[in-house]
Amino acid sequence: MSLLEVKDLVVEFPTRRGLLRALDGVSFAIAPGEILGVVGESGAGKSLTGAAIIGLLDPPGRIASGEIRLAGERIDQCSEVELRAIRGRRIGAIFQDPLASLDPLYSVGQQLIETIRTHLPLTEGQARQRAIELLEETGIPAPGERINHYPHQFSGGMRQRVVIALALAAQPQLVIADEPTTALDVSIQAQVIGLLKRICHDRGAAVMLITHDMGVIAETCDRVAVMYAGRIVEIGPVQQVIHAPAHPYTMGLMASIPDLETDRERLAQIDGAMPRLDAIPSGCAFHPRCPRTLERCRRERPELMAAGSTRAACWLHATEAEAEAEAAQ
Amino acid sequence: MNSPYMDTPTASPLSPSNATQPGESLVRVEGLSKTFDLSASWLSRLLSGRQASLLRAVDGVSFTIPRGATLALVGESGCGKSTLARLLVGLHQPSSGKVLFDGADVHQSIRNDANGALARQLRQRVQMIFQDPYASLDPRWTVGEIVAEPLLEHGLASPGPALEERVGALLQSVGLSGSDRARFPHQFSGGQRQRISIARALATEPDFLVCDEPTSALDVSVQAQVLNLMRDLQRERGLTYLFISHNLAVVRYVSDSVGVMYLGRLVEWAPKARLFASPRHPYTRMLLDAIPKLRDTGRARTPVQGEVPDPLDPPTGCAFHPRCPSANERCRRERPILIGDETGVNAGRVACHAVEEGRLSG
Repeated sequence: MSLLEVKDLVVEFPTRRGLLRALDGVSFAIAPGEILGVVGESGAGKSLTGAAIIGLLDPPGRIASGEIRLAGERIDQCSEVELRAIRGRRIGAIFQDPLASLDPLYSVGQQLIETIRTHLPLTEGQARQRAIELLEETGIPAPGERINHYPHQFSGGMRQRVVIALALAAQPQLVIADEPTTALDVSIQAQVIGLLKRICHDRGAAVMLITHDMGVIAETCDRVAVMYAGRIVEIGPVQQVIHAPAHPYTMGLMASIPDLETDRERLAQIDGAMPRLDAIPSGCAFHPRCPRTLERCRRERPELMAAGSTRAACWLHATEAEAEAEAAQ
Repeated sequence: MNSPYMDTPTASPLSPSNATQPGESLVRVEGLSKTFDLSASWLSRLLSGRQASLLRAVDGVSFTIPRGATLALVGESGCGKSTLARLLVGLHQPSSGKVLFDGADVHQSIRNDANGALARQLRQRVQMIFQDPYASLDPRWTVGEIVAEPLLEHGLASPGPALEERVGALLQSVGLSGSDRARFPHQFSGGQRQRISIARALATEPDFLVCDEPTSALDVSVQAQVLNLMRDLQRERGLTYLFISHNLAVVRYVSDSVGVMYLGRLVEWAPKARLFASPRHPYTRMLLDAIPKLRDTGRARTPVQGEVPDPLDPPTGCAFHPRCPSANERCRRERPILIGDETGVNAGRVACHAVEEGRLSG
């Protein structure tokens, strides 16, 4: 059974100029121990999806419809008090900027001990012991001494390790990591990604990894969801999505990434830009930029359908998907 | 040294000329250093007994860029690449060393320049594109005013229909529309804003563009648009680029040669093909290994170790030695210098004792 199940999630922002739909029918699931990557460009809705799951949507944003289930239990309608018991305890969160996730006025030990004792029935001494173990597990040298240091005394990479320790303090079932390595240099990024992957694997925690970096996705995730204009346009096993993408947007995205192994005369480019929320095109939101638009794409919005070894929301795969549906019947 | 230039600005070494042909060096940097004094005041140092603290942001860097070519500088945060960019365009004065642009010493010319004519010429021929297109455009100016400013400032055009036409042509050359003149920066997306920055930089018809992380704030599909545009403009106009980036894949796409910086020093320089095919400095190898790849190359990867040390208290000898798998006693003691050929089939320079002694292959 899936640990996290998101079904037809719609997030809206009421504004003076009308209602903006920032997420429009997002559905996916994550199994225990699985790492799902969520990629997309700015404004595609990837961070919003993460925020909706942990109940941290900025007002006036709200979940208009859909369901979010954690281990079968609905969490999208929980009160703030109930949510607080879930956040930290059952869902851990890691954000981009480690300095913003840590309180500069408390030592990392105080912050870790507070988090542990909020969620687990441990004494001060036991919690401290546990905090030291966590710091050691996340690769911080001399944890017994470093536990008394303040966030500013750590480097960027070490701070992100502390944040990971905090997110994992109560042994959550699900970790939502939103651009955890974007603020870090490449040499540090590799260390932090490796750590996140190992530590979640060891504990069997499911991870939702939100990033715009396809390289990070390729090296870390089991499956990947590609988002565009508030919807998932393609989802599937990571190697298939990267090497044999089915949606024209994913194809364009992959071809526009400069890579390290080959010399290229010219990068493929997708002309235009992602639509604004108040001007989402009819039918498939990608159709004005798509090189293979059909008449149907302008009129009708495609849902995710079978497309080779992935699932893509694209009419190009309609016949294939229908044939499969018929065969199933 | 200043009078001849002042009287005959057209003959000055900084004026547009064909003094250098394609392939000859347009920019030459020699032993360039910049030290920032981060000490507390004299009195508080005396009272607290603290030492003066000097940050050597750029430390003895030398390279040349041929006309029409692109040199990329890569390195992690704090390696001094942005300070170097600012030195090149004259936003910082160097602590030592010099920058020769088309044969003339940039900073000395500016210092000895009584009426500012040389500085103006330099600014006309050398332009900069910054990382953040949200911060580098004045939100209260229209796009037309932003692109026209360098033309008016340098007396290359006067207000009127001719100026409007020129601004329109510049906007079209970067893929925007002439009618975008009347709009404000906030009405544009990040990629479009970076196009406006490029149009502004091209207004004075410069020879040399210093680009400091020009696509780092952009999404990948937009990044591809901007990188393709920069490449087209280089071919059409014979531009010379210094391209600063932390993204080695982007560097591989845009550059002709690559310099790798670590703690203010250039540790390796090589033509692009050589650097990516056979990196020599252990730091370059580590950087290339650390980047997450889309394809599994099957090559064994060196695990990355440690972090960039505090630049206020850099390690002795080779600054990379605490993280280097091949470091020995000599590396801890003696600072390696950049050795190797600047041109020819074996072009490539590296500052590493292990490479020099043959302890490392390459």
